[in-house]
Amino acid sequence: MAEQIKLTIDGKEIQAEKGALLIEVARQNGIEVPAFCYHEGYSLKAACRMCLVEIEKTPKLQVGCTTPVADGMVVHTDSDVVKRARKGTLEFLLTNHPLDCPVCDKGGECELQDMVFRYGAGESRFVERKVHTEEKQWSPVVFFDAPRCILCYRCVRACDEGMGVNALGIGNRGVLAEIVPNHHDHLECDECGACIDICPVGALTSGSYRYKARPWEMEHVGTICTHCADGCKTTLGVRNEKILRGNNRDRSGINNEFLCVKGRYAFDFVEHEERLQSPMIKTANGHEPISWAKALDIVARKFSETTLKGGKFGVIGSNHTTNEENYFLAKFARQGLNTKNIDHRRTGDLATLFDALSGKNDALATTTDLYNAKAVLVIGADLAQQHPFLSFQIRANYRHHQAHIYTVTTGPVREDNQAFSSLRVQEGCELAGVQSLAEKLKAEGDLVIVFGDAIQGDTLRKLVAFGDSLGIPVKYVGLVDDSNSRGAFDMGLVPRDGGLSADQMLSATDLDVLYVVGEDPLKNAALASKNAFVVVQDLFMTETAKQADIVFPAASAYEKNGTVTNVCGEVQKLKNAAKVMGTKTDLEIVGLIAKEMGLNLGIWLPDKVLEEIRNTVHGYNVPLAVLATGGAAHTAPLNGRVAALPGIVKSANDTLFTSGGLTPYSKILNEVMEAPGQLYSSGKGQQ
Amino acid sequence: MAKVLFNQPSPLETKVISQRFVLEGSETLDVYLANDGFKAFLKAKEMTPEAIIEEVKTSGLRGRGGAGFPTGMKWSFVPRNHPKPRVIVVNADESEPGCCKDRLLIEYDPHQLIEGILIASLAVDAHVGYIYVRGEYRYLITKMEQAIDEAYKRGYLGDNVAGTGWKFDLTVHTGAGAYECGEETALLDSLEGKRGVPRMKPPFPAVAGAWGMPTLLNNVETYSSVPAIIRDGGATYAAHGTPKNGGTRLLCLSGHVNKPGVYEIPLGYPMMKAINDLGGGMRGGKKLKAVVPGGSSCPVLTAPECDIPMDYDSLAKAGSMLGAGGMVVLDEDTDMVGFALRVMRFYQHESCGWCIPCREGTTWLRKILQRFYDGHGRKEDIPMIGELSKNMLGRTFCALGDAAAMPTISIIEKFRDEFERYLERTTVAV
Amino acid sequence: MTFSPQLEERFAKLLTRYPAGRERSAVIPMLMYAQDEVGSITKELIDEVAKRCGVTPLQVDEVVGYYSMLHRKPMGKFHVQVCTNISCLLVGGEQLYNHAKKTLGIGHREVTPDGLISLEEVECMGACSWAPAVEINYDFHHQVTPEKLDQLLDGLRKAQ
Repeated sequence: MAEQIKLTIDGKEIQAEKGALLIEVARQNGIEVPAFCYHEGYSLKAACRMCLVEIEKTPKLQVGCTTPVADGMVVHTDSDVVKRARKGTLEFLLTNHPLDCPVCDKGGECELQDMVFRYGAGESRFVERKVHTEEKQWSPVVFFDAPRCILCYRCVRACDEGMGVNALGIGNRGVLAEIVPNHHDHLECDECGACIDICPVGALTSGSYRYKARPWEMEHVGTICTHCADGCKTTLGVRNEKILRGNNRDRSGINNEFLCVKGRYAFDFVEHEERLQSPMIKTANGHEPISWAKALDIVARKFSETTLKGGKFGVIGSNHTTNEENYFLAKFARQGLNTKNIDHRRTGDLATLFDALSGKNDALATTTDLYNAKAVLVIGADLAQQHPFLSFQIRANYRHHQAHIYTVTTGPVREDNQAFSSLRVQEGCELAGVQSLAEKLKAEGDLVIVFGDAIQGDTLRKLVAFGDSLGIPVKYVGLVDDSNSRGAFDMGLVPRDGGLSADQMLSATDLDVLYVVGEDPLKNAALASKNAFVVVQDLFMTETAKQADIVFPAASAYEKNGTVTNVCGEVQKLKNAAKVMGTKTDLEIVGLIAKEMGLNLGIWLPDKVLEEIRNTVHGYNVPLAVLATGGAAHTAPLNGRVAALPGIVKSANDTLFTSGGLTPYSKILNEVMEAPGQLYSSGKGQQ
Repeated sequence: MAKVLFNQPSPLETKVISQRFVLEGSETLDVYLANDGFKAFLKAKEMTPEAIIEEVKTSGLRGRGGAGFPTGMKWSFVPRNHPKPRVIVVNADESEPGCCKDRLLIEYDPHQLIEGILIASLAVDAHVGYIYVRGEYRYLITKMEQAIDEAYKRGYLGDNVAGTGWKFDLTVHTGAGAYECGEETALLDSLEGKRGVPRMKPPFPAVAGAWGMPTLLNNVETYSSVPAIIRDGGATYAAHGTPKNGGTRLLCLSGHVNKPGVYEIPLGYPMMKAINDLGGGMRGGKKLKAVVPGGSSCPVLTAPECDIPMDYDSLAKAGSMLGAGGMVVLDEDTDMVGFALRVMRFYQHESCGWCIPCREGTTWLRKILQRFYDGHGRKEDIPMIGELSKNMLGRTFCALGDAAAMPTISIIEKFRDEFERYLERTTVAV
Repeated sequence: MTFSPQLEERFAKLLTRYPAGRERSAVIPMLMYAQDEVGSITKELIDEVAKRCGVTPLQVDEVVGYYSMLHRKPMGKFHVQVCTNISCLLVGGEQLYNHAKKTLGIGHREVTPDGLISLEEVECMGACSWAPAVEINYDFHHQVTPEKLDQLLDGLRKAQ
């Protein structure tokens, strides 16, 4: 433990770690020291001069953000001289800041407003002309209004240090100094909008939200992003059941200040005009709307008939639906339809991973482990494209703890910029590359290994054996694609005990019923059984839905409650933010079909199903209080043997600007100039 | 045939570092060698680094770039046993309004500067050096490069300096127009190819300077003073000045005097003597109104305050600074409002924009002073100019905010009546 | 993008003068010397310097915006810089600048229609003791009077 010292702040005696920053020590002890440029976790700038404090025996005021505390220090943060300094600085700031708060998106959430309210002068003495420049659009999602900018450089650091993109810089000099984008008049970047979130004023605004609402008109619903598997919390700003923006205002999720383009903007598929809003039945003239009662009746009859005659079902679940929905669907299939033919599109070889780790406790890493590990090894994945939050965590680990980063990939990745060792290998030769690092890795204190679908089956078993041979604590992250891919596996949407895998269902010529929930297996494959009755639940008329006899309009993740499990096995709660007329949640649809069939599978309320999951699914006995308060509860699978599964394991290789089947329905993802993005092209962030 | 200099030397000068200026071909190595050149380096080569630094301490030499930090002490801060190589950097970014002395040291005696750098390299065990020259001095960059080329060719730079086996490489690096790069850490960022924004301290350049390496950074005149100190002994050099203010320095005399020019004088030289004798008295027989003693950032002195010796301590006592030797003389007709405006325009133009008080403070003050100057001043502006300046003073990231505030505060306090008289005018006479 | 052989030689040498891996240090000298040849700091030049120094174009762009001697728009063949800072101000620097504006018919950082001469009011250029001063391209002229300036400008027109 670091040396403890004693100091006095505003007459209060405080114990602190020697060398800690004064501003942090004060804040931890409930003493507010205002600052614009200081932002925890990013480099120090000492530029805004708001955190000036008085330190006895020091002639000049000192900035709290760069002053380390020392024993015996006597600090005043509320003396008249400090108050005058703050007031003076704010007065300076307002000289060129336009007072357009009534039309500024940031109004009501603006740190400058708050500071002036608390520490500023009641009247303005400035009677000169303000410096003015026109607002600029840097990308479909980023607008910059230079006069509002107070030059705190938070955006520059968030982009450079946080994202590793370095797309923002500082142009001009003096009072004309302003933030500039990397391509002269526009941005080419991740379009993550971190710069907008971190901006204390309304200088950077969101293309999708600007001039749409006042912050206080909205309800702020913290839920989990439905795109990739990282499980970031996104706070949806909702007015009249319409989502107007996504951001990270309270930084309460596992992702702290991180969000990518999808988490922040790609909620727009919810409102897409092609959303299904009524059940549909296939007719000679194509699909036509039909009532819920009729559709349920037709499906229930067909399912019951098939069950009675011992017919062959195929049930394919989703990577995006909740744990409760997946659990209930698996239960419905096994107990209601009496079938073992259950699967989902598997994107990572979790069965082999869990089996290979049999006998080890605590061998699966959390997102927090990625931030704290002494070393991280990334194999066969472009995290910045596919798992941007994991990539962010690794960068933060390097920035704050100088972790050793190793990359073994087929092309350049962003983690190379921080890498202790970067290895380029041919596809399929990843393991050999990893094995060549043995001596270096043995010298590490501990290690987290992150690997993509290149590592599966026997190769995966060899990787775990390799990890065992290092003689250091090793944890694993087996990458999967989507927001609840991990949960789909954990909830049993897999062809256990001789069931057919998804590809086997499609190629079986004698399939009687194909029941697809939130997946599009016929997008790139044909259904061999010509007489199969096809039922689909989805948001849109997918390729599979187009072949379905009955299609049910489903609610998206942003329109339901429940839980999802991210790539690291962290269980988090979805919170219903919006409502699209005519849709029902997948849980309710399955429940209604079951009810119509006269089955008793229990109550299909998310909380009730979760209770059952907690009691029956190994590792899911997670504390409800953690979930209820928006936290993440780590789950681990049964520490024992897992049988091998038939079928294909393959990542869809989505990029930062694609999201599987949702891609065509997000206007934002198609508008950003970088779309669709390419794997192994993001090693461009230079230091 | 006498060489034509920018200004003729004065018999009142004490020539130590400018003694070769008058010589024909003074910029060549031959003339330098024929006139005591490299004696000091060879002497220093036989001394320990500690002894060199001790000699510089004895000389009383203080940084000639403006801050006046004791040079020997600065040299002693550079860790010679550091795992990273040491770097010598020369600040030739002479930009303080009123100062034009480093130009002459490079133009007339570049080898003296090279020798000073080499002696410093022995003291801190450095083998590489950079002379950062402001971009406007392009012709001097060319001259300096010629001198360096000559020194390399003749074995006074490179792998075997003066046959001693000492290795040293020297490079001239151009700036591109930014006063702020005269601040040592801004200069280092500029040398690294970045915007000239000052760095946070600590770490100080002595420990982590250019490219994170221990760096010795001094002004051109400071390095140029070193050969004489080592050659003749620190005590001899110190004896030119007054106690605690050793040696000579180049005074850049400008403004309303009959004979403006750059003159070498001992520290402690009386200010009035500089005006009346060196400078040949006030131009047109006018009365003295004020003096900017060491460059535009120094608080101005009124005529009655000018009866002082020019050394660091006396000027500090008078509430101003010796600065970088730029003494600007103002006669009775000088419009102090216009003068204050011009000073603030300069700092506003040169503010790097990094911190709020300097960026916004200089801009606001410039606007107020311009409005005032244009005849639209208000009574309440006068105290506000002082108050806003004080809101910058001591609160900015680097000293540029202070440099803008200090002269302004002194002018508004000492010449308040002129501001008040402005209120009675509606238009301004040019 | 290539430069004259002399400049290429200078740049090649320049890149060897900084510690290994610190080629970024060459950004400002490269921009300064290349500007003299190219006429201004173009986007193409920014990309070229970035490439040669191993940095992003943005990092070069930030530098270009900062330094007052780097111009994004071409200045005249002869760039006339008149100092009006304090030492020059006291002895007629401002009158000299006004005279130049009037004579040339252009203002601060403007270029004559023929592209021959540009004018800039500059900050202290280090000629205080020999004020007022004018710098034409990189040549200093001391104790300049309006008459002397007229002669200088005439000389430039003839030199064309």
